[in-house]
Amino acid sequence: MNSSMLFGKLTFDALPFYSPIAAGGAAVIVLGGAGVVGLITWLRAWPYLWREWFTTTDHKKIGMMYVILALVMLLRGFVDALMMRAQQAIAMNAEGYLTPDHFQQVFSSHGTIMIFFMGMPFLFGIMNYIVPLQLGARDVAFPLLNAIGLWLTAAGAALVMASLVIGVFSTGGWTGYPPYTELSYSPTVGVDYWIMALLVSGIGTTLSAINFIVTIYKMRAPGMKLMQMPLFCWTALCSSLLVIFAIPGLTVAGGLLALDRYLGMHFFTNDGGGNVMNYANIFWIFGHPEVYILILPAFGIFSTVIPTFSQKKLFGYNVLVYATMCIAVLSFTVWLHHFFTMGADANVNAFFGIMTMVIAVPTGVKVYDWILTMYRGRLRFDTPMLWSIAFIVTFVIGGMTGVILSIPPLDYVFHNTLFLIAHFHNMLVPGMLFGLFAGYAYWFPKATGFRLDERWGRRAFVFWVVGFYLAFMPLYVLGFMGAARRMAYYDQPEWQIYFVVAAVGAFSVLLGIGCQVIQLVVSIRNRKGTMDLAGDPWGGQTLEWSTSSPPPEYNFAVLPQVSELDAFQVAKEAGRPYVWPTHYEPIEVPRNTALGPIFGGLAFVLGFAVVWHIWWLAAFGIAGVIATIIARSFAAETTRIISSEEIMATELRWHADVRAKQEANS
Amino acid sequence: MTTEMRHHPGINLSHSRPEDERHAEVTVFGFWTFLMNDAILFALLFATYATMVNRTAGGPTGAELFDIGNAFVETLVLLLSSFSFGMGAVALKEGREHPLKLWLGVTLVLGLGFIGLELREFAGLIGQGATAQTSGFLSSFYVLLSIHGLHVLVGCIWIVVMLAQVSTFGLSRQVRSRILRLGLFWHFLDLVWIVIFTTVYLPAVAS
Ligand code: HEM
Ligand SMILES: [Cu+2]
Repeated sequence: MNSSMLFGKLTFDALPFYSPIAAGGAAVIVLGGAGVVGLITWLRAWPYLWREWFTTTDHKKIGMMYVILALVMLLRGFVDALMMRAQQAIAMNAEGYLTPDHFQQVFSSHGTIMIFFMGMPFLFGIMNYIVPLQLGARDVAFPLLNAIGLWLTAAGAALVMASLVIGVFSTGGWTGYPPYTELSYSPTVGVDYWIMALLVSGIGTTLSAINFIVTIYKMRAPGMKLMQMPLFCWTALCSSLLVIFAIPGLTVAGGLLALDRYLGMHFFTNDGGGNVMNYANIFWIFGHPEVYILILPAFGIFSTVIPTFSQKKLFGYNVLVYATMCIAVLSFTVWLHHFFTMGADANVNAFFGIMTMVIAVPTGVKVYDWILTMYRGRLRFDTPMLWSIAFIVTFVIGGMTGVILSIPPLDYVFHNTLFLIAHFHNMLVPGMLFGLFAGYAYWFPKATGFRLDERWGRRAFVFWVVGFYLAFMPLYVLGFMGAARRMAYYDQPEWQIYFVVAAVGAFSVLLGIGCQVIQLVVSIRNRKGTMDLAGDPWGGQTLEWSTSSPPPEYNFAVLPQVSELDAFQVAKEAGRPYVWPTHYEPIEVPRNTALGPIFGGLAFVLGFAVVWHIWWLAAFGIAGVIATIIARSFAAETTRIISSEEIMATELRWHADVRAKQEANS
Repeated sequence: MTTEMRHHPGINLSHSRPEDERHAEVTVFGFWTFLMNDAILFALLFATYATMVNRTAGGPTGAELFDIGNAFVETLVLLLSSFSFGMGAVALKEGREHPLKLWLGVTLVLGLGFIGLELREFAGLIGQGATAQTSGFLSSFYVLLSIHGLHVLVGCIWIVVMLAQVSTFGLSRQVRSRILRLGLFWHFLDLVWIVIFTTVYLPAVAS
C-alpha cells in the first residue's frame, strides 16, 4: 500500500462505502455524534460540562462518567449482537445480509467492546463512586491519575468507534490470534485499531488499579481494619491486583504483534522463527484473569445487595474474603484451558483441567454464602435483589457447563463451538452484567438523590432474563450438534430453528434495554416522588449511606470512626447513626484540571496516527505527552480549600433533610 | 504507634523531615505497585526471549554475536550509576542540595553512557546483518533490550527534570518524594539489567 508523508495510509478509500450496512453504521455514529454536539451547543452547556465534569478530579463524577461511557458502549456492543443474531437466523444456505468480512468485524468489535469498553468502564465506574465512600475516605489516593485513567479508557473506546467511520475494524476476534492477524493475512488497518485501542485503554486501567490498591490500603477511615472493610472493597482490591498482574500480558501480546506488523519482526509469524503459541500463552495469561477482573467486583455487588434486601448480616464474611483471594490467585493457574486442543502434552492438559475444576470450588462456596444470607431473611424484592436472584440461578448453570469444558477430552469436542459461546455468556451476562445492573439500581439513588422507577425496572428485568435464556440455551444445543462459533452462514437445515429462537431472545433483550432507557427518562421526570436526600433509601449497612445523597464533594465532613464490620448498620442499631459536630474544619480538595481530557486527546491522536502510519502526528502525540507531564510537575497550586463556613452550610442543609425524614417515619 | 513504624522500603526522609515521610508513604506505595506491574512486563519479555532463543531461523546465534566484554562494561556503568544515585540519596536525606545535584549529574552521565554503549552494540550487530527482522530470536533480543533501554532513557529525562526542580523549588516536599521514587525506578532498572546479563549474555558465552 502506498503511503504519503502527510496522511500516511489514509485516503478517501477509508470511508466505509464497501457495504451499505457499514456506511449506515458510520452514518449513525456521525449523525449521533453531531446530534449530541449540536444539542450541547444549543443548550450552551459546554462551559458547564467542561467546568463541572470534564475537568473534575472528584471520584464520584469520574465514576458517573465511566458508567455513562459504559452504557453508551453497551448500546453499540448490543447492536453488534443483534446484527449477528439476525444474520445467523437467516443465513441457512444463504448469504444473509452481511458479507463474511463484515460479519467478522462485527463479532470482533462486539467481543472487544463488551469486555474492554462496556464491562471494564462499568465496573471501574461503580468502584470509583463507591469504594472511597465505603472506606469512609474523602477521595481516592491519586485523583489526577484517576481522571487520566478515565480519559484514556474513553480514548480507547473512541478509537474503536472511529474504526467504524474511517477504515475498518479487526476481523481477528476479541483474541486477535496470529498468524491470522499478522500483516500477511490481515493487511488492513483493522488489527492496528484493535491493538491501539487495547494498549491505550490498558494504560488507563492500570492507572486506575494502582489508585484503588493504594486507596484501599492507605486511606481507610480511622480504625477500619482490613477485615472490617465491606466485601465490595475486598473484591475491588482483588480485582485491581489482578489488573496489575494481568494487564502486562495484554500489553506484551498486543505490543509484540504490533512490532511484527509495523517493523517486520518475527514474534508470531509463520516464518523467520516466529512462535504463535507464545501469543496464545501470553494473551491468556492476561485473558483468564481478565474474566475474574470483570466478575469479582460484581460478586462484591451481590454481596452488598443480598444482605441489604434480606435485612440480615452477610453470611460468612470471612469465608467470602478468603474465597475471593483464592479465586484471584488461582485465576493465574488455568489459562491453558483456552487452548487444550493446541498440542500441549496430556499431562499439561490434565493439570490445567484440574486447576480449572478447583477454581469452581471457592466460587461454589460463595454461592452457598449468598443463599444462606437469604435463608430466614426478611426478603424485599426490589430490582437490585431481582437481578441478584436471577444471577444465582443462571450463574450456577453456566458454572456447570464450565466444569464440562474443563475436562480436556470433552473440550476437544466443544472447543470453538457455540457451546463455548453459550458457556461464557452464561457466566458473563448474569455474573457481570446482572451484577452491574443490580449495582446501578442500588446505588443510583446515592449518586442522584432519587430512585429508579421500579415498574420499568421490573419490565426490563423480565425481558432481559427471558431474553437471555432464549438467546443462549439454544447455543448449547447447537454446540452439541457441532455448530462452530464465528460462522457467517451454514448449510445444516436442522440448525436454523435454534438460531431463530436465539434471535428472538436477542430481540427480547432489546426490549429489556428499551425498558431501561424508558426507565431512566421516567425516573428523571418523576424524581420528586422518589427523592431521598437524607441518603439511606434502602436501609443500607455500609458507610456510603451515612452521608447525603448525592454526597458533598468532600464526602465526609468528619471522617467516621470505625471499629466493626458494617459500620453504618452497627451505628443504626446503637441508635446513633449520625454524629454531628458543632464545628467543622476546612478541607483540602484537588483543583480541577484539564489534564485528563488533554491526555485522552493526545492518546487518541497518537493511536490514530499510528494506525494510519502518519508519523509526524505520532511524534507530535508523544512529544505532547512528555511535555504535558513535565509541565504539570512544575505546577505548584494543585489543591484548594473548602472553608469551614461552606461546609457548615452544606451539612446543615443535609441535617434538615435527615430530620424531616426521621419525623416523617415516626 | 504501629502505623508510624510501617515504612515502605525506599523512604528515607526521617532524618530531616518526619512529616514528609508520612506524605511520601502513599505515593511511594503507589510507585511500588507500578514497579510490580512493570516487573511483570519484563518477566513476560524474559519468558518470550527464553522461548525464542533457539529460533534463529538459520541466522546467527547469540554465541556468534554477543560481545561479553561490552556487556560487562555496560553492567559496570549501570552498577556505578546505582552507587552514585545512592550517594545522592544520602545527600537528600541530609538535606544537602549541592552534593545531591552533583551525584544526580554523575548518575545522568553514567545513564547516558550506558545508552551510548547499548546503541553502539546495536549498530555493530546491525552492521553484521543481524537485525530485528532476521529471526524470532533477534526480534526478542532487540525488544527486550530496547524496552530496558527506553526505561533508562526515561530515567535520564526524569533526572534532568529533577535537577531543574531542585534548582527551582529547592528540596520541597514534592521534590524529595519524587527523587525517592526516581531512586526506586533507577535501582529497579539496574536489577532488570542484571537479569538481562545473566539470562541473555552469560548463557550465550557459556554455550
Ligand atoms: C446480552 C446480549 C448478548 C448477545 C445477544 C450476544 C451475542 C453474541 C454473539 C451472537 C456472538 C458471536 C458468537 C459466534 O461466534 O458465533 C457473541 C460473541 C461474543 N460475545 Fe456476546 N452477546 C451478548 C452479550 C455479551 C456480553 C455482556 C459480553 C461480555 C462481557 C459478551 C462478550 C462476547 C465475546 C467476548 C464474544 C466473542 C467474540 C469473538 O468471537 O471474538 N457478549 N456474542
Ligand atoms: Cu479461562
